[in-house]
Amino acid sequence: MASNDMVEIRWHGRGGQGAKMACLLLADVAGLEGKFVQGFPEYGPERMGAPITAYNRISEKRCTIHSNIYYPDYVVVVDETLLDSVDVTGGLKEGGAIIINTPSSPQEMRPRLQGWTGKVCTIDARSISEEILGRNLPNTPMLAAAVKVSGVLETGRFLTNIEESFKHKFADKPQLIEGNMTTLKKSMEEVQLG
Amino acid sequence: MSSRLSGNEAVAYAMKQINPDVMGAFPITPSTEIPEYFAAYVANGEVNTEYVAVESEHSSMSVCIAAQAAGARAVSATSSCGLALMYELLYVAASCRLPITLACVNRALSGPININHDYSDSMGARDSGWIQIYAENNQEAYDNIIMAMPIGETPSVRLPVMTCMDGFITSHAVENIELLETDAVRKFIGEYNPEHYLLKKENPLAVGPYDVSAYYMEHKVQEAEAMKAAKSRILEVAAEFEKISGRRYGLFEEYRMEDAQLALVLIGSTAGTAKAAIDKLREDGVKAGLVKIRVFRPFPGEELARALAGTKAVAVMDKSEGFSANGGPLFAETCSALYNLKERPYLINIVYGLGGRDVRTEDIEKVFGRLADIAVTGETHPAYTHMGQRSREEETV
Repeated sequence: MASNDMVEIRWHGRGGQGAKMACLLLADVAGLEGKFVQGFPEYGPERMGAPITAYNRISEKRCTIHSNIYYPDYVVVVDETLLDSVDVTGGLKEGGAIIINTPSSPQEMRPRLQGWTGKVCTIDARSISEEILGRNLPNTPMLAAAVKVSGVLETGRFLTNIEESFKHKFADKPQLIEGNMTTLKKSMEEVQLG
Repeated sequence: MSSRLSGNEAVAYAMKQINPDVMGAFPITPSTEIPEYFAAYVANGEVNTEYVAVESEHSSMSVCIAAQAAGARAVSATSSCGLALMYELLYVAASCRLPITLACVNRALSGPININHDYSDSMGARDSGWIQIYAENNQEAYDNIIMAMPIGETPSVRLPVMTCMDGFITSHAVENIELLETDAVRKFIGEYNPEHYLLKKENPLAVGPYDVSAYYMEHKVQEAEAMKAAKSRILEVAAEFEKISGRRYGLFEEYRMEDAQLALVLIGSTAGTAKAAIDKLREDGVKAGLVKIRVFRPFPGEELARALAGTKAVAVMDKSEGFSANGGPLFAETCSALYNLKERPYLINIVYGLGGRDVRTEDIEKVFGRLADIAVTGETHPAYTHMGQRSREEETV
């Protein structure tokens, strides 16, 4: 039920991986660029490791709909193991794409996607974050991949604006900004479009 | 100032701009972030509020009552079982005529235990003597809390105000928001100078003593009169607020009601989803409309009757059950509001969305489909149903 100028993104992650934070950060940065935005999580029972879903609507006009997203343009899978338990491609629009955190290639992932025939993108968010941030923090790489693949925001301006957002968010931990910025840039280069 | 904030952030930020004297704080999902953000403002010296961390909501409301009775401005935030645990004190606050401000982030009451949204918490407190104002989104949540003190503190009212927003749907959703300058907020709410308070040495008084039968009823009638007076005060404050914000508020919002034949009456974030559905139906020629109740206490009965007088069929949608076996609380209010109309629309009640069950534009369209049938056939049976029951073979909306 979204209007044509709206991009809808559904995030699948596990509690503690930062899918919600990436979703809210995307909303914040898109809002900073003058878009109308929604970023919201859907929780089941609250616990680390439980599957969680988060949603973004990004549009030129204010969207008043406050339901979950059933027909997303893009799906971001922050945890590969969810492919076995969650119908991640459910409702995904034909012209859309799924972006998965995995060391595998898009060709290797396709057979695990319940017959999904559209675009498959992969990124090894774990390795990138471990290499640059020293920990498995997959949400920052997945955010970069989502922006790159969806084209919902122009990448150069996105990087400038998110740096501003990080300065605010990490005001008491400025040492985190550089690593996160490097992670974003590297992830945009490394995401594989299948 | 344009920003992007979740409902909880917006309310915490409004409280920072207000800089109340006291906050009684105890966390409960999904309102936890409000005292959490506010604690940071306190720690950073951005407010000079006395932040009183307590061991339960019974105590957080007791703190607010004591502080407000002493002549201070007190605020708190809670949800669900937290509000239930305040229950006794809600009545004390209202009957002592203490204009406390409480941010209620609505969440289903246990049991079964559930953290998601419905109105079973605040609807349970609807007869406690608190003014209740509900928000559709983060912007309204922010605006409502800024309007709360000028409403509650005015001498003809002097009642506590509960501003409500939908748990998670609004509290945890980041959306665009327009914020006022802090100076404008402080000027708008002004100084709190109550006529009577505990620590006033010229006129010492007791607060909350035993009330004998010879006087109790007079006090309850005064409280009832105050709630009646709140209606016009809410509109005055809304008019003043429009001057500083450009945003207009009433007792309820009418959406495409000018010539509506089929209408919904509901509360909160579902109104936004319903507006999108109504826009689509209007394109197909359906004369659909919506009344979004903003102020539930005092209930705008006469005004609502006027708004619905020209319609043919109305669905009242309750996001709390109520267990009256005769429909939800909003339905009961709407029925009694319409009773004295000479020509009444057909009226049905749909209980929906309990415990965070999602509602989509398609669900709203189905409701209008049923209303269209009722407008033709006049058949309202069954007049009280539950939306989307998975156990039924054929769903009746």
